[in-house]
Amino acid sequence: MALKDFLSRNKSAILERWFEKALESYPADTTGFLKQRRRQFANPVGYTTEKALESIFDWLLQDKGFDEVTPHIDDIVRIRAIQDLAPSQALVFLFHLKSLIRERVAGELQAFSAELRDLDSRIDALSLISFDIYMKCREKVYELKANEVKNRTYRLLQMANLVCEVDEG
Amino acid sequence: MAKFTAKPDELSKIDFTPPRTRWMETPVEIREHMFCHAAKPKELDVVGFPNGHEWRPQDEDWKLPENWERMLLEKMSDLLGKYRSFKVFMDICVRCGACADKCHFFIGTGDPKNMPVLRAELMRSVYRKNFTAAGKILRKIAGARDLTVNVLKEWWYYFYQCTECRRCSVFCPYGIDQAEITMMGRELTNLLGLNIGWIAGPVAACYMKGNHLGLEPHTITSSVEFFLDDIETITGIRINPSFNRKGAEILFVTPSGDLFANPGTYTAMGYLMLFHELGLDYTWSTYASEGGNFGFFTTNEMAKRLNSKIYAEAKRLGVKWVLGGECGHMWRVLHQYMDTWNGPADFLEVPKSPITGTVFENAKSTKMVHITEFTADLIKNGKLKLDPSRNDHLKVTFHDSCNTARGMGIFEEPRYVIKNVCKHFYEMPEDTIREKTFCCGSGTGLNASENMELRLRGGFARANAVRFVHEHYGVNMLANVCAIDRATLSTSMDYWVPGVGVTGVHELVGNALIMKGEKERTIDLRMEPLPGKEGAQ
Repeated sequence: MALKDFLSRNKSAILERWFEKALESYPADTTGFLKQRRRQFANPVGYTTEKALESIFDWLLQDKGFDEVTPHIDDIVRIRAIQDLAPSQALVFLFHLKSLIRERVAGELQAFSAELRDLDSRIDALSLISFDIYMKCREKVYELKANEVKNRTYRLLQMANLVCEVDEG
Repeated sequence: MAKFTAKPDELSKIDFTPPRTRWMETPVEIREHMFCHAAKPKELDVVGFPNGHEWRPQDEDWKLPENWERMLLEKMSDLLGKYRSFKVFMDICVRCGACADKCHFFIGTGDPKNMPVLRAELMRSVYRKNFTAAGKILRKIAGARDLTVNVLKEWWYYFYQCTECRRCSVFCPYGIDQAEITMMGRELTNLLGLNIGWIAGPVAACYMKGNHLGLEPHTITSSVEFFLDDIETITGIRINPSFNRKGAEILFVTPSGDLFANPGTYTAMGYLMLFHELGLDYTWSTYASEGGNFGFFTTNEMAKRLNSKIYAEAKRLGVKWVLGGECGHMWRVLHQYMDTWNGPADFLEVPKSPITGTVFENAKSTKMVHITEFTADLIKNGKLKLDPSRNDHLKVTFHDSCNTARGMGIFEEPRYVIKNVCKHFYEMPEDTIREKTFCCGSGTGLNASENMELRLRGGFARANAVRFVHEHYGVNMLANVCAIDRATLSTSMDYWVPGVGVTGVHELVGNALIMKGEKERTIDLRMEPLPGKEGAQ
C-alpha cells in the first residue's frame, strides 16, 4: 500500500490529532470553545482552523500545484499572525504534522521511508510558504497603521496643499 | 504577535502548550499591540480629571497616587450606591456561561479573561472581598480577592479590551450588561489618572473646541467648502449651507470624523446633497460640532458635560428640533442618556418632517431624529427621485452598529434606505446581524493604531461574516451608520477581506439622488467613474 493510501484511510484520525495540537497554542480554558468546530460564525477561529488543516492535508495527498494550497495556509496563518503567539508558535502547526504522521505510521516506518522523505519535503515547502504569508501579514499590520493616520487627516492634508499625485510613469 | 524570546538552540525544546493555571493565579501580562498609550496629564487636567500623571502601561511602576486602594474602594462604594444596576450585576451572575463565547474579543483573542463572565469576575472578586460578608469571611472560597496593584492592572488591561458592545447581554438570561460593568471599571481607573490618550485627547479637545478633533470654526467651514467644491464638480450644483444660523428650523449634528476622515467624508457630502435637494431649513453648528461623545468612555459626569452642548446650542440658535447624522455611540448616548442628563428639552418641539409632515413620536422626548429615520420616511412618501443604477457596481451588505442596533433598535430604516438606493443587497448570516451583530472591534475609544492587533482580533468575527457574503454573493461594499465603523472597518476589511470597501448609507443616497438641475453625472462621490460612464471623463 502506498503512503498516500494509508494516510487517506487514516485521514480523520490524523486530522483530529492535528486540530487538537494546533489548538494547544491557546489557553486551556479556551480550547473547549474552539473545538466546537462546525459553528462557522460563532467560532470562526476553530472553524477556519479545522477547514484549513483539512484542505492542506488533502492537498498533500494530491498532485496539485502550490497555488492550490496557498489560500488555505493563508486562512490559518492570517489569524495566527495577529494573535498572541510568537512567530514560531504561530507556524509550528505545520511541523506537528510530520510527527503526527510518523506516530500513525509507527510499525511501518521502514516500508514508507522513501515516501515519508518526499512528504517531509512537501511539508517543508509549505512551511516556507507559511513564513512568506506570516511576514506579509505582519507587514500589512504596519501598513494599516500608516494608512489610518493618512485617512484620518486626508482632508486636512488636502486643504494644506500637502497632497500630490505621484506620476508612476 | 507575541515577543519572540527563545534562542535558536532552544527552539526544538519549546513547549508550545500554555501553562494550565486558574484565572486568579494567572497574573496579567500587559502585552504590546493590545493596549493604547496612556493619557497625558494635561489632557486630564483640562477637564478637571484627578490624578493625571506620567506613566506607561508597559512599565512596572504605574506611579499610582498614595492611598489609591482607599480612593478606589470609596469610589466603588459610591458607584454601588448610586447605580442600582451595578450592584445587581455584581450580585446576580450564576456563571451559566451563556455569555462566554459571545464576545468578539474572546472569539478573536482566545484569552479566557475576555469571556464577559470572567471580565466581570475580575471586578466581582474585589466587590465580594470588600462589600459582602461571605467574601470577607470565606475569602477565596467565595471567589473573593484583595485589591492589589496587579488586580488593578488586570482591570485596566481588560476593561480597555471591551467595546461595551452589549452582545453578551443579549444572551444573558439575567440581562447582565457587561457594558455597564466596563463603564464602572473605566470610571474607577479614570479616578487614578489611568485613562488612555486616545480617549482623553478627544475629550479635552471636545471640551475646549466642541469636537473630538479640536477643529476650530473656520476649519470646519473650510472643510465643508471643500465638499461643496467636489459636489459642484460631480453635479454642477453649488450648495450653500449655513453655519450657526439663528432661527433655522433644524440643527444638524454629526460626528466630526465625517468632516475629515475618509470614507466618512463622502457620507457628509451625501448629507449636504440631500438637505439641499429638499430645501431643508437647517443649520450646521461649529460649536455643537460633535455628535460623538468620548466622555462616555470616561465618566458619567464627563459624558453629561460634553453632551450638554447640543441642547445648549439648540437653545441658542432657537431651532425647533435636532437631526443627527450617522454615528454609533452618539446614538446610545442620545437615546438612553441625554434626556435624563440634560433634558427634558421642553424649549424644542416634537420633531416633524417639514417635507412629509411625519411626526417622529419616538423622539418626542429627546427631540432628536436619526437621519436614516428621516430619509426612510422621505423615500416611503415618495419625496426623493432616485437612480439606484448609479450604485449598480456595488453589491452591498449592512453592518448593524452595536449602539444603533442594541442601544436603540434601529434595524429596518438603514436597510430600507439602502434597498431603495442600491439594487444589490445581501444580508450577512442571521447570527451576526441585527441585535446579534458583531462589533467592529474598535469602539469605545479603542480605535487607536498602537493596539492594532487587539482591533484585528476583535474585528475577526465581523469580518468572517463579511467574507462569507463576499465569497457567496460577490459583496464588495460594507455599509454602516457609524463614523468609527467607517474608519475602522476599512482597516479590518483591508486585512481580513480585501476587495470589500466601506461606506456610509448617505454616501449611497448621495450617489443615487437625482437633483434638480444637475448635469449628467459621470463620477460618484469618490470621484470615480459611475457604472457605464468609464470613458466619459
